[in-house]
Amino acid sequence: MFIENRQKISKGFDVQLIILYIIFVMIGWFSIFSSSYDPVAFNGIFNLDTPYGRQLVWIGTSILIAIVILFLDSRIFQNYAYHIYLTCLILLILVLFVGTEISGAKAWIKIGPFSLQPSEFMKMATALALAKFLNEGKTGSEKRNTWLLCFVIILIPVLVIMLQKDTGSALVYASFIVLFYREGMSGRFFIWGAFIAVIAIVTLYLNELYAVGLLVIIFLIYILANKNARRNIRKPLVVLGIGIAFVFMVNVIYENVFEPHQKQRIDSLLGKTSDPKGIDFNLNQSKIAIGSGGFAGKGFLKGTQTKFNFVPEQSTDFIFCSIGEEWGFLGSLAIVSLFVYLVFRIIWLAEKHRNPFVRYYGYGIAGIFFFHFLINIGMTIGLVPIIGIPLPFISYGGSSLWAFTTMLFVFINLNDA
Amino acid sequence: MPELLNKRIYIIFGIMLVFAVIYIVRLFSLQVTDDFYKRSADENALRYITEHPVRGLIYDRNDSLLVYNEPVYDLMVVPHELREFDTADMCRLLEIDKETLLKRIERARSYSPRLPSTFEQQMSKEDFAYLQEKLYQFPGFFVQSRTLRYYPEPIAAHVLGYVGEVNNDVLENDAYYQLGDYIGISGIEKTYEPELRGVKGKRIVLVDVHNREKGRYRNGEEDVMAIPGQPLWSTLDLSLQKYGEELMRNKRGSIVAIEPSTGEILCIVSSPGYDPNLLVGKNRSRNYANLINDNVNKPIYNRALQAMYPPGSTFKLINGLIAQQEGVLDQNTVYPCPGGYQIGSHTIGCHHGGATNLVSAVQVSCNTYFCKAFYNIISNKKKYPTIQEGYQAWKDHVNRMGFGVTFDTDLPFENKGIIPSVDYFDRIYHGRWNGNSVVSMGIGQGEAATTPLQMANSIAIIANRGYYIKPHIIKAIGSKDIPNDRFNDVIESGINEAHFDPIIRGMVAAVEAGTGRQAIIPGIKVAGKTGTAQNPHGKDHSVFVCFAPAEDPKIAIFVLVENGGWGGSVAAPIASLVVEKYLKGEIGRTDLEKRILELKP
Repeated sequence: MFIENRQKISKGFDVQLIILYIIFVMIGWFSIFSSSYDPVAFNGIFNLDTPYGRQLVWIGTSILIAIVILFLDSRIFQNYAYHIYLTCLILLILVLFVGTEISGAKAWIKIGPFSLQPSEFMKMATALALAKFLNEGKTGSEKRNTWLLCFVIILIPVLVIMLQKDTGSALVYASFIVLFYREGMSGRFFIWGAFIAVIAIVTLYLNELYAVGLLVIIFLIYILANKNARRNIRKPLVVLGIGIAFVFMVNVIYENVFEPHQKQRIDSLLGKTSDPKGIDFNLNQSKIAIGSGGFAGKGFLKGTQTKFNFVPEQSTDFIFCSIGEEWGFLGSLAIVSLFVYLVFRIIWLAEKHRNPFVRYYGYGIAGIFFFHFLINIGMTIGLVPIIGIPLPFISYGGSSLWAFTTMLFVFINLNDA
Repeated sequence: MPELLNKRIYIIFGIMLVFAVIYIVRLFSLQVTDDFYKRSADENALRYITEHPVRGLIYDRNDSLLVYNEPVYDLMVVPHELREFDTADMCRLLEIDKETLLKRIERARSYSPRLPSTFEQQMSKEDFAYLQEKLYQFPGFFVQSRTLRYYPEPIAAHVLGYVGEVNNDVLENDAYYQLGDYIGISGIEKTYEPELRGVKGKRIVLVDVHNREKGRYRNGEEDVMAIPGQPLWSTLDLSLQKYGEELMRNKRGSIVAIEPSTGEILCIVSSPGYDPNLLVGKNRSRNYANLINDNVNKPIYNRALQAMYPPGSTFKLINGLIAQQEGVLDQNTVYPCPGGYQIGSHTIGCHHGGATNLVSAVQVSCNTYFCKAFYNIISNKKKYPTIQEGYQAWKDHVNRMGFGVTFDTDLPFENKGIIPSVDYFDRIYHGRWNGNSVVSMGIGQGEAATTPLQMANSIAIIANRGYYIKPHIIKAIGSKDIPNDRFNDVIESGINEAHFDPIIRGMVAAVEAGTGRQAIIPGIKVAGKTGTAQNPHGKDHSVFVCFAPAEDPKIAIFVLVENGGWGGSVAAPIASLVVEKYLKGEIGRTDLEKRILELKP
């Protein structure tokens, strides 16, 4: 799978990543074409009134961006990582004041006929900044401070994006845990994180009583199994107390932090509400579209669900429905495989690179790609709540295509150095 | 690179692979193992539109149109596909209140959530055009066009029958019909429902989330064309039917005219009738209620097939035939007539003088002669030792000629009349009865009851001298040269041809110089017989039967006018006018016509 000679890594761009990129973009364009094609109004694929016509423009400009990036000196990215981070951050903050609101999120800057979404570029900028920081940070000073400052680098854009009410984009930053885990963050941290998540889900799905019960059972098992803990029972008790307090905070946080539509989506996923005509409608239609594809799909342009607007946002966030309906299980399997291959390829190349900066950056964007893939496809098949983030390279949209193109080709460039 | 970190790559790869596998399994179950989503997708995007075939047209025997179709538009609803919509707007469009709207949706839902039901019937073209514009705002609704029956001439309502919405019984038992479909309920529409209705077609169209049509599904490969209903050619003669109804206006009763050689019904009138256009369209149920509640005129009641009248003197013809066949008399047999037939202390009176033979007995309608004949048939001890056997032999004869039984013709709701059984008389006379107990049936009084159709058919038997073809109303199906083969059989009456001669001679004499002089048509030899059906509830019914021309019969006719008095007064002129109209195409006797048209018994 990843067999090659070392020379190629140091000489020439990684052809596999470039081919993967081309495949994704083509799949994307054909899916957008299929989901927005109207035989009556069709007058050529270059019609800029249609999503597929405009996407051609985005693809063309993206290729230009890719070529420009490949010609740049790779040291630029390492040297100017903080500058890029700050520039994107300023743009992001600017959006708060001059931004345009589109479907509930004030995340767009209108420049002429085009809308730019700085938060898409912020992901790459954050990955660069983290890579640079981690690369410089190993001066022997305390590791704890390193992680803390990493959190700060992430937290600043997350907060700004939260202020824009673009929760989906903010969540993407959680994907940097892949990088942190690789770079040695304690495994205990992740176990605690998972534990907190389980408690929160139990609280929301069942109720506080079950969650407290679960905590008490775990506490008792721990006490009975551990002699030291029995002797010094104060510390576990404090943890239990904090846990119980957390359980009772979960609902308060849930009620106050999330927007009503987000709560509905979470409730819907947890099966707490069922309303096929209302809240569940989108998810239901999405599952119908994908499920009706069958094993081999209905064929290109033959989809009835994605073509006739039964699926919402069918060329952007729900583009996977079009693939699932028209190309069936085989097509879906291909997409999942391609994404996994892309992410593995990036990680593999990153791991092999002698410059740690490239490794940090590679892990950072691998996490981002995987997170996008996981959330986007997961929501269309009802495995995660509906969170509006695009499927990289495939979903319609200029900002996201430009940003993901930049993200990938910066890596291809860095990898060659 | 520390050892630990190397291991962590594989943990990362492992976790990512686990996610990918979970997704693939989920996709496999959604797309391959579960066909729920496939069905839901079809329900989402495919609309099955029923193509209602055009109902078959009905022509008269001369290709004049009796029934045709006009388009109307129905608003259909599929409850399962309803989304939230502006109920107030819909109510305004249809001019209904919200309660009615909800009730209709509930009704449709209880019929079937997924099949279309009629929501609003028979919108005009204007309403349809207006609604069509706004229809995309009402997902789950769509418009379907269908046709309604119309009648160029307001005649023959009973025969043509009417169509109406299918009831629950039919819906449960016949999968062809859906709620809101139309079905023939009476008359030709009922009998020939399978031919007239055609075969429904199916069109599958793609619709988008707003319920707008986006094109055909698979280029229409799975569509099924509707097969139009077949046209029918009736045996009726439109102008004769119309004329018959005009003559019967303001009178109660019935006319049935048959072409003897074919059994084709030329004209069948039940008066009072109604305009068939009343039972079409939105006002159908109100008009129907008005008609059915009219207890005085009973316009819905088809007297020609359903009303039972005592046959009266016309029954003497039948008994004359049976008596000859049974060998109790021949055409030379003379019975004296002392002015009546004596049964103990009771006398059945007779108004002519002197003895008669069979021919003159028919001519003068001698009660004595036919009482005796009837008595001799059933009390023929040499042939039939008991009265029961004798009566049964007579009953077999009349049954064979179509009395007391139904013809199973192509008009629904035939009444079979009454020819009492042996058991019946055994019961009321406690087993002790003789020829005289029932002798009044010999002259068409007493227990026997017949329908106008049966009487007309018996005259056709006489005109044919021995046989008949089941009277029927449809002569060709699909095309004028495809005859309706249900009614080809020649049915023998069981009376030898020779026996008809004296009867027919008597009938000719009755018209020329007897009781039926009102029926004389210049230039046409008519064989007829008057009758007066005694009516215990009021004035007697006027009855006349005849066929013409006597030597080559083209038309056999029965006319009965309730409370019209004796046979010669009203029924005979009407019968002769219809015959004249049919044979000559015009009426020479305008004075008589005028008198009859104005007559109001």
